[in-house]
Amino acid sequence: MSETDDLNERLLADIASAETLPALETVRIAALGKQGSVSALLKTLGGMSPEQRQVEGPRINGLRESVSAAIAARKAALEGAALDARLASERVDVSLPVDAGAQGSVHPVAQVMDELAEIFADMGFAVATGPEIEDDWHNFTALNIPETHPARAMHDTFYFDERDANGHRMLLRTHTSPVQIRTMLGQQPPIRIIAPGRTYRSDSDATHTPMFHQVEGLVIDKGVTLGHLKWTLETFVRAFFERDDIVLRLRPSYFPFTEPSAEVDVGYTRDKEGRRVIGGAEPDGWMEILGSGMVHPKVIAACGLDPAEWQGFAFGCGIDRLAMLKYGMDDLRAFFDGDLRWLRHYGFAALDVPTLSGGVGA
Amino acid sequence: MKLTLGWLKEHLETSATLDEVVVALTRIGLEVEGVDDPAARLAPFTVARVLTAERHPQADKLQVLSVDTGKGAPVQVVCGAPNARAGLVGVFGAPGTYVPGSDITLKVAAIRGVESRGMMCSMRELQLSDEHDGIIELPADTPVGARFADVAGLADPVIDLSITPNRQDCMGVRGIARDLAAAGLGTLKSLNVPAIKASGPCPIDIAIEDEEGCPAFYGRVVRDVANGASPEWMQARLRAVGQRPISALVDITNYVMLDLGRPLHVYDVAKLSGGIVARRGRAGESFVALNGKSYAPTEDMTVIADASGPLGLGGIIGGEASGVSETTTDVLIECAWFTPERIARTGQALGLSTDARQRFERGVDPASLDDGLAIATRLIKELCGGQPSEPVRAGEPPLSTPIIDYDVHAVEVLGGLKVAPDRQRQILRELGFGVDGAWNVRVPTWRRDVDGIADLVEEIVRIEGIDKVPSTPLPRAAGVAHPTATPAQRMERRVRRAAAARGLNEAVTWSFISEAEAAAVGGGRWTLANPISEDLKVMRPSLLPGLLAAAARNLARGAQSVRLFEVGRRYLADGERPTLGLVLVGQRASRDWRAGKPQPFDLFDAKAEALALLAQAGAPADRLQAMPPISEVYHPGRAGTLRLGPKSVLAEFGELHPNMLRAFGIDAPVAVAEIHLDAIPAARAGGRMRDAYRPPLLQPVTRDFAFLVAADVTADALVRAVRGADKTAIVAARLFDRFEGAGVPQGQVSLAVEVTLQPAAKSFTDAEIAAVSDKVVAAAAKVGATLRG
Repeated sequence: MSETDDLNERLLADIASAETLPALETVRIAALGKQGSVSALLKTLGGMSPEQRQVEGPRINGLRESVSAAIAARKAALEGAALDARLASERVDVSLPVDAGAQGSVHPVAQVMDELAEIFADMGFAVATGPEIEDDWHNFTALNIPETHPARAMHDTFYFDERDANGHRMLLRTHTSPVQIRTMLGQQPPIRIIAPGRTYRSDSDATHTPMFHQVEGLVIDKGVTLGHLKWTLETFVRAFFERDDIVLRLRPSYFPFTEPSAEVDVGYTRDKEGRRVIGGAEPDGWMEILGSGMVHPKVIAACGLDPAEWQGFAFGCGIDRLAMLKYGMDDLRAFFDGDLRWLRHYGFAALDVPTLSGGVGA
Repeated sequence: MKLTLGWLKEHLETSATLDEVVVALTRIGLEVEGVDDPAARLAPFTVARVLTAERHPQADKLQVLSVDTGKGAPVQVVCGAPNARAGLVGVFGAPGTYVPGSDITLKVAAIRGVESRGMMCSMRELQLSDEHDGIIELPADTPVGARFADVAGLADPVIDLSITPNRQDCMGVRGIARDLAAAGLGTLKSLNVPAIKASGPCPIDIAIEDEEGCPAFYGRVVRDVANGASPEWMQARLRAVGQRPISALVDITNYVMLDLGRPLHVYDVAKLSGGIVARRGRAGESFVALNGKSYAPTEDMTVIADASGPLGLGGIIGGEASGVSETTTDVLIECAWFTPERIARTGQALGLSTDARQRFERGVDPASLDDGLAIATRLIKELCGGQPSEPVRAGEPPLSTPIIDYDVHAVEVLGGLKVAPDRQRQILRELGFGVDGAWNVRVPTWRRDVDGIADLVEEIVRIEGIDKVPSTPLPRAAGVAHPTATPAQRMERRVRRAAAARGLNEAVTWSFISEAEAAAVGGGRWTLANPISEDLKVMRPSLLPGLLAAAARNLARGAQSVRLFEVGRRYLADGERPTLGLVLVGQRASRDWRAGKPQPFDLFDAKAEALALLAQAGAPADRLQAMPPISEVYHPGRAGTLRLGPKSVLAEFGELHPNMLRAFGIDAPVAVAEIHLDAIPAARAGGRMRDAYRPPLLQPVTRDFAFLVAADVTADALVRAVRGADKTAIVAARLFDRFEGAGVPQGQVSLAVEVTLQPAAKSFTDAEIAAVSDKVVAAAAKVGATLRG
């Protein structure tokens, strides 16, 4: 065995026994550093004869390569072990809870209004609005409900002491129908609008609140008949409740501002728990959901249009009730309480935007 | 309006069943609200005879009866009724029978150790009256085993109708019969109007001074009557439809009113002084009405008066003093016609609703005066005896009715339904309309509601069948549906869903609040004259009271963190303002294993929501300035407004004044905001095409500056000044630190700003950056800031 072989063996043993990176570095400096044993041997090459160098050169360079390679391999092994140890020490309990963020919601009334807007937009209806603090001309007189009409008393109206510039008594609108008047006064036919909004009646019990929501529909055009009204309501109700097997029943009725007038019942069936579910080709019973009719010629005339030229239909429907029938709430008062538990349960996610392609229910 | 099937058949010749009648009524617009068929309800109850009655071995008050039910062996029944005795014929319910008055279903049971196989019933148990002192006793010869409902004459089902305000004619049984006849359910019987043999002139003068309110007043006296109880058949009908029998004379007026829709009134002649006059009320007058209440008629009301003063309100309610009693011998019958508008106004003014008012204000048939008077006279003669006088006829009822120039195509043009002309003519005639060959249609006197072609279309459609109207699609514009939402509607939808996406829960609260709540936010402009309660009285001038009240309720239920918002209107003097209100109450973040202690909400949370929602609403968020609050509901030092200029306030936000928190009973951190949606400027209309844009090729560089400024200089002012120091190089400036205390002179704060510089074509040189830095320092100096050494 030559001197270099001895050194090689000794250094490889030192490298293998280095347990830490600093220990390995000490071995490296002792071998390959400026004062290192291998470096010292490399320096002797310069003082050798060519023949000697021929022999010792490859041997000493072989030693250097062998030691360098062993150090690199040992370093990689030690670094890998150190990383494994660090990763092991960084382990956490991934089952720990995270902050879910506050869970916001959209009120069912707003959601249903968006659904209505979407459905009726497809049928060419725009959304109109009007004031809630109305005058009795728009709320009653123009709708063919004169002061002494018994229907005025039936409306349980909230009044203000104030009168407007024309001497009309101010009140809270009892229905969304005054928007019909404002729309006909404000634009030329043809007209197709719905008008959702807050309405008020002095009435409070299990199924009535002094404030509630209605949606009005109005079509004024030439040649519009009761048959168009029937189709519109059928199309709307089937789209809204997302069932094609819904049966409608029109019953002749009376509203001062329509003639002929009809109340509309929708057929329901009962689910396993006995709850009423809208739809079913053979209904177990009927539920009244809206009032409708052909706009009275006097109303059309009151809005400055010629009833011989223009005719159309109107309908009105409770939005809160639509929401209850579709989504299963059973207490109207809870709509206006702001109870977070109720809002989270019956409310809708921000991204539940009704669309025709994605569906108008959520 | 209630009626019985039997009563209906007095006017309608029909073989229709109850079910057929009910279906037809609803189909033609006379909505059936309910049907009560006592025969069906009481069908299981039968007539039974008590054979023996013995003392219960274990109970003094009970007896053990042996009952013959007419079927099989006698049945043992334990009974506690004091009148139970051998030989009594009563009403028996077998095990399995539902007893409506007690809401129980009978079963075989041991009562104090003795088996009982059924029950002998009281009136109350069968819901026939409140009588519960003993069991029902029937005449001894009542057939044992028969159905009780049959022998008791209860077999007449009661139909409850909701009559719409236009159909006065259907507030009497005869009008309903006429409609049903037209609908094909039978034939209307002719009305039997008797010829009255009169003796002598009417001894009471009748005059009309108020022709406007009372155009016609017919009457007559019937002498020597005996006013006892009315016969059982009449009482049974009145009871069935919810009228309390009083005496024969009063019951007759009620019966005729319900039968023909013709209200009447009767006066005791002995209690009248002088003649009768229909006139206006006079100041200072009053009378006590039949309901026991005193009324003071005004000059706008029509009264019936004698020499002593007003006797009653014509067509609404009679007076106590002149009413009939058991001692009445001479009676004056009033059969008048009052102007509907007058009746409505008087009734509204007094808040008084009566059966008579309901009919007169809808318009009683003006041709019914003579018939009504004759029929009432006949009934009085039959039930009370007496001699009728000649009638007196003061004034004339308005008998003329419109003639409508009908277009036979109108049913199809308006109703969308094809009906053959002959069929149209038949329907109209059966409803009482006169139709000539040229389709001039005369409206019958009892159909005051009909005055145009549309009304006739309704009559034909409802009788022919509204279900026959074919469903017809509305014409549809070519192409896909066009968007319909207005910019305001789109903005409202965006802010609502943005708020929900940011973790806020949308509430809907009352538009009206209490006066105290309104006062707390500066007072409301609109106060209801007739609120339903003091809590719901003033139209809200702010969304905060309703939301705070809701938040307080949630805290009371144990909520620790409340984020509520509402999109709705504020009701101000100059209009209804669309607004988004939000309240943040309690903890922004609950205690957490990572974050530690709970974090309370503060004004900056409200500001963050306001800014985010304004940005979603399309407001120019980078141009908004934070300025002091306006409303006194806010903490004066911890609240602000976001404005586009001094006058243009888009939102108000902050923490509330402690007085406000006390007013709403909230003891938790609160931050609120109101966004004035109508104040947000509309986005400029433009195409969908965006401005051209290419991301810069070179990286931006940032430099930090720390300034000392007087404590009253706002961060916003400093950042704006820095941002504006070099409009080309500086693309952003952001405050990232604020410090006061050690090392900062008293009355000053240290504000640190990170400035972002964006190189354009080539990177900045050191000299260029130094030049920009100098500009920044110079700009900051204009707001009094000095670079920190």
